[in-house]
Amino acid sequence: MVTEAEFAAAVDSRSDRPIYANMHAARIGIAGLGGLGSNIAAALVRSGVGQLVLADFDTVELSNINRQLYTLSHIGRRKADALPEILREINPFCAVTSHALRITAENCAEIFAGCDIMIEAFDDPVQKAMLVNTVMTQMPETPLICGSGMAGFGNANAITTRRITPKLTLCGDGVTDVADGVGLTASRVMICAGHMAARAVELILEENRSEST
Amino acid sequence: MVTINGEQKDCAGMTVAELLQSMKLDPARTAVMIGGDIVPKADYGRALAEGDEADIIGFVGGG
Repeated sequence: MVTEAEFAAAVDSRSDRPIYANMHAARIGIAGLGGLGSNIAAALVRSGVGQLVLADFDTVELSNINRQLYTLSHIGRRKADALPEILREINPFCAVTSHALRITAENCAEIFAGCDIMIEAFDDPVQKAMLVNTVMTQMPETPLICGSGMAGFGNANAITTRRITPKLTLCGDGVTDVADGVGLTASRVMICAGHMAARAVELILEENRSEST
Repeated sequence: MVTINGEQKDCAGMTVAELLQSMKLDPARTAVMIGGDIVPKADYGRALAEGDEADIIGFVGGG
Protein backbone atom coordinates (compact mmCIF):
# COMPACT_ATOMS: atom_id res chain seq x y z
CA MET A 1 0.00 0.00 0.00
CA VAL A 2 1.26 3.45 -0.93
CA THR A 3 1.51 5.87 1.99
CA GLU A 4 0.32 9.46 1.75
CA ALA A 5 3.90 10.69 2.19
CA GLU A 6 4.95 8.59 -0.82
CA PHE A 7 1.99 9.82 -2.87
CA ALA A 8 2.74 13.45 -1.95
CA ALA A 9 6.41 13.05 -2.80
CA ALA A 10 5.48 11.58 -6.19
CA VAL A 11 3.14 14.50 -6.97
CA ASP A 12 5.78 17.02 -5.88
CA SER A 13 8.52 15.25 -7.86
CA ARG A 14 6.62 16.06 -11.07
CA SER A 15 6.16 19.74 -10.18
CA ASP A 16 8.49 22.72 -10.35
CA ARG A 17 7.88 23.30 -6.63
CA PRO A 18 6.11 21.44 -3.82
CA ILE A 19 2.37 21.65 -4.55
CA TYR A 20 0.88 18.70 -2.67
CA ALA A 21 0.29 20.53 0.63
CA ASN A 22 -1.63 23.31 -1.12
CA MET A 23 -3.53 20.91 -3.35
CA HIS A 24 -4.40 18.75 -0.36
CA ALA A 25 -5.83 21.76 1.51
CA ALA A 26 -8.29 22.54 -1.31
CA ARG A 27 -11.99 21.64 -1.27
CA ILE A 28 -13.53 21.56 -4.74
CA GLY A 29 -17.21 21.15 -5.64
CA ILE A 30 -18.21 19.43 -8.89
CA ALA A 31 -21.85 19.61 -10.03
CA GLY A 32 -22.49 16.88 -12.59
CA LEU A 33 -20.48 13.65 -12.92
CA GLY A 34 -20.74 12.96 -16.64
CA GLY A 35 -18.11 13.48 -19.32
CA LEU A 36 -16.84 16.70 -17.82
CA GLY A 37 -17.25 16.00 -14.11
CA SER A 38 -15.83 12.47 -14.04
CA ASN A 39 -12.73 13.43 -16.03
CA ILE A 40 -12.21 16.67 -14.07
CA ALA A 41 -12.41 14.74 -10.79
CA ALA A 42 -9.82 12.23 -12.01
CA ALA A 43 -7.43 15.01 -13.03
CA LEU A 44 -7.84 16.78 -9.68
CA VAL A 45 -7.23 13.71 -7.50
CA ARG A 46 -4.12 12.90 -9.58
CA SER A 47 -2.87 16.39 -8.63
CA GLY A 48 -3.51 15.68 -4.95
CA VAL A 49 -6.70 17.64 -4.27
CA GLY A 50 -7.66 16.89 -0.66
CA GLN A 51 -11.45 17.23 -0.66
CA LEU A 52 -14.05 16.79 -3.37
CA VAL A 53 -17.78 17.38 -3.03
CA LEU A 54 -19.60 15.61 -5.89
CA ALA A 55 -23.25 15.59 -6.96
CA ASP A 56 -25.22 13.84 -9.71
CA PHE A 57 -28.64 12.17 -9.75
CA ASP A 58 -27.92 9.97 -12.77
CA THR A 59 -26.91 6.34 -13.27
CA VAL A 60 -24.20 5.02 -15.60
CA GLU A 61 -25.50 3.91 -19.02
CA LEU A 62 -23.78 2.20 -21.95
CA SER A 63 -24.12 5.44 -23.96
CA ASN A 64 -21.92 7.21 -21.36
CA ILE A 65 -18.90 4.97 -21.89
CA ASN A 66 -17.81 6.80 -25.07
CA ARG A 67 -16.66 9.82 -23.02
CA GLN A 68 -17.11 9.34 -19.29
CA LEU A 69 -14.57 7.83 -16.88
CA TYR A 70 -16.79 4.84 -16.00
CA THR A 71 -16.22 1.29 -17.26
CA LEU A 72 -18.71 -1.37 -18.34
CA SER A 73 -18.79 -2.79 -14.82
CA HIS A 74 -20.37 0.45 -13.57
CA ILE A 75 -23.45 0.32 -15.83
CA GLY A 76 -26.61 0.68 -13.76
CA ARG A 77 -24.78 2.13 -10.76
CA ARG A 78 -25.34 5.67 -9.57
CA LYS A 79 -22.55 7.93 -10.79
CA ALA A 80 -22.32 9.40 -7.29
CA ASP A 81 -21.46 5.91 -6.01
CA ALA A 82 -19.28 4.67 -8.88
CA LEU A 83 -17.04 7.73 -9.28
CA PRO A 84 -15.72 7.81 -5.67
CA GLU A 85 -14.68 4.15 -6.08
CA ILE A 86 -12.66 4.98 -9.20
CA LEU A 87 -11.14 8.04 -7.53
CA ARG A 88 -10.07 6.00 -4.49
CA GLU A 89 -8.16 3.67 -6.82
CA ILE A 90 -6.21 6.70 -8.10
CA ASN A 91 -5.75 8.63 -4.83
CA PRO A 92 -7.10 7.21 -1.55
CA PHE A 93 -5.97 10.35 0.30
CA CYS A 94 -8.71 12.56 -1.15
CA ALA A 95 -11.79 12.83 1.09
CA VAL A 96 -14.74 12.50 -1.31
CA THR A 97 -18.26 13.48 -0.28
CA SER A 98 -20.73 12.35 -2.92
CA HIS A 99 -24.44 13.18 -3.24
CA ALA A 100 -26.84 11.16 -5.42
CA LEU A 101 -29.34 13.94 -6.00
CA ARG A 102 -30.34 16.67 -8.43
CA ILE A 103 -28.74 20.04 -7.71
CA THR A 104 -31.25 22.89 -7.62
CA ALA A 105 -31.16 26.59 -6.81
CA GLU A 106 -32.55 25.60 -3.40
CA ASN A 107 -30.00 22.96 -2.32
CA CYS A 108 -26.83 24.09 -4.12
CA ALA A 109 -25.34 26.42 -1.50
CA GLU A 110 -25.91 23.89 1.28
CA ILE A 111 -24.49 20.89 -0.63
CA PHE A 112 -21.38 22.78 -1.70
CA ALA A 113 -20.86 24.81 1.50
CA GLY A 114 -17.21 25.43 2.28
CA CYS A 115 -15.92 24.72 -1.24
CA ASP A 116 -12.99 26.90 -2.30
CA ILE A 117 -13.86 26.51 -6.00
CA MET A 118 -17.04 25.41 -7.77
CA ILE A 119 -17.09 23.54 -11.07
CA GLU A 120 -20.18 23.37 -13.30
CA ALA A 121 -20.10 20.09 -15.20
CA PHE A 122 -23.69 19.48 -16.30
CA ASP A 123 -24.66 18.54 -19.86
CA ASP A 124 -28.06 20.28 -19.99
CA PRO A 125 -27.76 24.00 -20.86
CA VAL A 126 -30.70 24.97 -18.62
CA GLN A 127 -28.99 23.27 -15.67
CA LYS A 128 -25.70 24.95 -16.58
CA ALA A 129 -27.35 28.37 -16.53
CA MET A 130 -29.17 27.54 -13.29
CA LEU A 131 -25.93 26.59 -11.55
CA VAL A 132 -23.99 29.64 -12.75
CA ASN A 133 -26.80 31.98 -11.72
CA THR A 134 -27.19 30.24 -8.35
CA VAL A 135 -23.49 30.12 -7.45
CA MET A 136 -22.84 33.71 -8.53
CA THR A 137 -25.88 34.92 -6.57
CA GLN A 138 -25.69 32.77 -3.44
CA MET A 139 -21.92 32.05 -3.26
CA PRO A 140 -20.54 35.26 -4.82
CA GLU A 141 -17.06 34.93 -3.30
CA THR A 142 -16.50 31.40 -4.66
CA PRO A 143 -14.61 31.14 -7.97
CA LEU A 144 -16.69 29.26 -10.54
CA ILE A 145 -15.49 27.33 -13.59
CA CYS A 146 -18.07 26.35 -16.18
CA GLY A 147 -18.08 24.57 -19.53
CA SER A 148 -20.02 25.27 -22.72
CA GLY A 149 -19.35 23.93 -26.19
CA MET A 150 -17.40 20.67 -26.58
CA ALA A 151 -19.63 18.68 -28.95
CA GLY A 152 -18.84 17.42 -32.43
CA PHE A 153 -15.65 16.40 -34.18
CA GLY A 154 -14.34 19.87 -35.01
CA ASN A 155 -11.13 21.75 -34.30
CA ALA A 156 -9.80 20.81 -30.86
CA ASN A 157 -8.04 24.18 -30.62
CA ALA A 158 -11.41 25.97 -30.67
CA ILE A 159 -11.83 24.91 -27.03
CA THR A 160 -10.36 27.63 -24.83
CA THR A 161 -10.35 29.03 -21.28
CA ARG A 162 -11.77 32.53 -20.89
CA ARG A 163 -11.98 34.63 -17.72
CA ILE A 164 -15.37 36.31 -18.00
CA THR A 165 -15.24 38.09 -14.62
CA PRO A 166 -12.71 37.87 -11.75
CA LYS A 167 -14.81 35.01 -10.30
CA LEU A 168 -16.08 33.29 -13.47
CA THR A 169 -14.08 31.19 -15.93
CA LEU A 170 -15.72 29.75 -19.06
CA CYS A 171 -14.15 26.83 -20.92
CA GLY A 172 -15.25 25.37 -24.25
CA ASP A 173 -15.74 26.51 -27.82
CA GLY A 174 -18.95 28.32 -26.83
CA VAL A 175 -20.97 27.15 -29.82
CA THR A 176 -21.06 23.42 -30.57
CA ASP A 177 -24.37 22.14 -29.17
CA VAL A 178 -25.09 18.45 -28.69
CA ALA A 179 -28.73 19.28 -29.49
CA ASP A 180 -27.65 19.91 -33.10
CA GLY A 181 -26.90 16.21 -33.50
CA VAL A 182 -23.16 16.77 -33.94
CA GLY A 183 -22.24 14.10 -31.40
CA LEU A 184 -20.22 14.14 -28.22
CA THR A 185 -16.96 12.20 -27.93
CA ALA A 186 -14.25 11.58 -25.37
CA SER A 187 -11.55 13.58 -27.14
CA ARG A 188 -13.25 16.99 -27.17
CA VAL A 189 -15.06 16.46 -23.85
CA MET A 190 -11.76 15.51 -22.19
CA ILE A 191 -10.04 18.58 -23.70
CA CYS A 192 -12.70 20.78 -22.14
CA ALA A 193 -12.47 18.84 -18.85
CA GLY A 194 -8.69 19.34 -18.99
CA HIS A 195 -9.11 23.09 -19.44
CA MET A 196 -11.49 23.21 -16.48
CA ALA A 197 -9.27 21.10 -14.19
CA ALA A 198 -6.20 23.12 -15.22
CA ARG A 199 -7.97 26.35 -14.28
CA ALA A 200 -8.91 24.87 -10.89
CA VAL A 201 -5.29 23.89 -10.21
CA GLU A 202 -4.13 27.34 -11.34
CA LEU A 203 -6.59 29.00 -8.95
CA ILE A 204 -5.52 26.79 -6.02
CA LEU A 205 -1.84 27.50 -6.55
CA GLU A 206 -2.40 31.23 -7.27
CA GLU A 207 -4.43 31.63 -4.11
CA ASN A 208 -1.79 30.01 -1.97
CA ARG A 209 0.98 32.03 -3.58
CA SER A 210 -0.76 35.33 -2.79
CA GLU A 211 -1.43 34.22 0.78
CA SER A 212 2.24 33.42 1.36
CA THR A 213 3.53 36.79 0.09
CA MET B 1 -23.07 52.77 -26.18
CA VAL B 2 -23.04 49.53 -24.20
CA THR B 3 -20.26 46.96 -24.32
CA ILE B 4 -21.67 43.47 -24.94
CA ASN B 5 -19.12 40.65 -24.80
CA GLY B 6 -16.39 43.15 -25.64
CA GLU B 7 -18.20 44.75 -28.58
CA GLN B 8 -19.78 48.21 -28.61
CA LYS B 9 -23.52 48.15 -29.27
CA ASP B 10 -26.08 50.90 -29.46
CA CYS B 11 -28.55 49.31 -27.05
CA ALA B 12 -28.70 51.64 -24.03
CA GLY B 13 -32.27 51.72 -22.71
CA MET B 14 -33.02 48.20 -23.92
CA THR B 15 -33.85 45.73 -21.13
CA VAL B 16 -31.77 42.61 -20.58
CA ALA B 17 -34.76 40.51 -21.70
CA GLU B 18 -35.09 42.52 -24.93
CA LEU B 19 -31.36 42.24 -25.58
CA LEU B 20 -31.46 38.44 -25.15
CA GLN B 21 -34.41 38.27 -27.52
CA SER B 22 -32.54 40.34 -30.11
CA MET B 23 -29.59 37.93 -29.77
CA LYS B 24 -31.99 34.96 -30.15
CA LEU B 25 -30.95 33.62 -26.73
CA ASP B 26 -33.29 31.64 -24.44
CA PRO B 27 -33.24 33.34 -20.99
CA ALA B 28 -33.42 29.88 -19.36
CA ARG B 29 -29.98 29.11 -20.85
CA THR B 30 -28.15 32.33 -20.12
CA ALA B 31 -26.00 33.98 -17.52
CA VAL B 32 -25.81 37.78 -17.71
CA MET B 33 -23.20 39.85 -15.93
CA ILE B 34 -23.14 43.65 -15.85
CA GLY B 35 -19.94 45.18 -14.49
CA GLY B 36 -18.86 41.71 -13.40
CA ASP B 37 -21.94 41.15 -11.22
CA ILE B 38 -24.55 38.54 -12.07
CA VAL B 39 -27.97 39.87 -13.03
CA PRO B 40 -30.55 37.61 -11.33
CA LYS B 41 -33.21 36.26 -13.72
CA ALA B 42 -35.86 38.20 -11.78
CA ASP B 43 -34.07 41.41 -12.81
CA TYR B 44 -34.06 40.79 -16.57
CA GLY B 45 -36.45 43.75 -16.86
CA ARG B 46 -33.51 45.98 -15.91
CA ALA B 47 -32.56 48.50 -18.62
CA LEU B 48 -29.01 48.70 -19.90
CA ALA B 49 -27.42 52.06 -19.16
CA GLU B 50 -24.98 54.06 -21.26
CA GLY B 51 -21.45 52.79 -20.52
CA ASP B 52 -22.54 49.43 -19.06
CA GLU B 53 -20.19 46.54 -19.70
CA ALA B 54 -22.22 43.36 -20.05
CA ASP B 55 -21.08 39.77 -20.51
CA ILE B 56 -23.67 37.35 -21.80
CA ILE B 57 -23.19 33.60 -21.91
CA GLY B 58 -25.68 31.53 -23.88
CA PHE B 59 -25.03 27.96 -22.77
CA VAL B 60 -25.05 25.08 -25.24
CA GLY B 61 -25.57 21.42 -24.40
CA GLY B 62 -22.96 18.73 -23.84
CA GLY B 63 -20.84 17.54 -20.95
